[in-house]
Amino acid sequence: MRPFAFVSPRTLDEAVQAMAGAGGNARALAGGSDLVDQMRVGRRTPNLVVDIKNIPDMQRLEYIPGEGLYIGAGVSCTRTGEYAPVAEHYPSIKEVCGLIGSTQIQNRASIAGNVCNSAPSGDTIPPLLTYDAKCIVVGPNGRREVPIGEFFAGPGQNVMAADELLLELVVPPPPANSSGRYLRFIPREEMDIAVAGAASMIAVDPASKRCTRARIALASVAPTPVRALDAEAALEGQVLTADVVKAASDLTPNATSPISDVRGSVEYRKELCKVLTQRTLEHCLADLGM
Amino acid sequence: MEQTIRKAPLQCRVNGQQVEMLVKPWQTLLEVLRDELRLTGTKEGCSNGNCGACTVIIDGQAVDSCLTLGLEADGHEVTTIEGLANGAELHPVQQAFMENGALQCGFCTPGFIMSTKAFLDKHPKPTETELRTGIAGNLCRCTGYDKIIKAIMSITEK
Repeated sequence: MRPFAFVSPRTLDEAVQAMAGAGGNARALAGGSDLVDQMRVGRRTPNLVVDIKNIPDMQRLEYIPGEGLYIGAGVSCTRTGEYAPVAEHYPSIKEVCGLIGSTQIQNRASIAGNVCNSAPSGDTIPPLLTYDAKCIVVGPNGRREVPIGEFFAGPGQNVMAADELLLELVVPPPPANSSGRYLRFIPREEMDIAVAGAASMIAVDPASKRCTRARIALASVAPTPVRALDAEAALEGQVLTADVVKAASDLTPNATSPISDVRGSVEYRKELCKVLTQRTLEHCLADLGM
Repeated sequence: MEQTIRKAPLQCRVNGQQVEMLVKPWQTLLEVLRDELRLTGTKEGCSNGNCGACTVIIDGQAVDSCLTLGLEADGHEVTTIEGLANGAELHPVQQAFMENGALQCGFCTPGFIMSTKAFLDKHPKPTETELRTGIAGNLCRCTGYDKIIKAIMSITEK
């Protein structure tokens, strides 16, 4: 690995200063499951690595009713998935925490790290998109909030400046009477990168049975994770019969621009979007007793 | 405030013993264990988090030591395969692997045993499916896994 300086700040201010002083060539270290490998193969060559795991603000994991869920950038997937309010209010987020990588990876990797790595295939990202999460970004000019839907700029790219840090993700409270699910397709049973992934989140009015909010987000089928807006529009306001669910799922490829590669062809990925979306919607409806 | 590239102090406990040393920030925990502390029971397989041969336990959790910098262990408790046996008495997971012939070439075995220990400490009575998922981060190219699963299930049935 190419030599670099290393700091492990104990406060957010120290971390921001360290990033600012590195001339744009610092990299924050959360779990390291992406970064350490990228440094080993020379894909990233920072002069400074800033370990953010010892900063209390970045270890915050807290659900506040009415405000939502705060997930600090250093909080591991294991800890996130085991936090009871995550299972209770955000089932698809719990699901991806147990899905990404192996037990060893989940014990280190954080959701924020997955977001900052900004791979189109990042499993934790579609659920965050369906719950309208916000990224809290800090840097030398202070703090700013970026909706997760505006965070990604391309494969491995996002809107953060080189001297900025992702402090935490804030996930608003889910709508009443809602559920969220994520499914991905991989050729193996575990430990693989998604050929395609789909997250759905729906809320249904118990009296009218009509869908009051629908969110569908897809992974591995575009340069960034994407929302399937046409499909969402086909669900909202409707009674979610099997036909409505199927018709909406069939619209998901409209949002995609997949590539053909070793994992799957364009046509295959588009087909997967339809099937995976339909299944996640069916699972959500089952969660809601419908 | 530019940072200097230099060795940095690492203080941690490894297999119950206090360690204080200077390490290069770009050394992985795997390299620190093998090359500096000469604890060569931990193996380097794929070096990218796929195979789990380098699995060690930090504060009770299985981690891939190839994806962890040595300095990240600062202030923590690291257990390697060398730290499992109690003198001449093997750890129950080691004993079960031996009795069930759960290895052939043996290269993946230290990683499997560390993963298994961490997993069973948390889930003492897993189903076979839970077990297979729990240790999916460890690859074995010899056994076909059946004897490994049989060995581990034999412990949970005791």
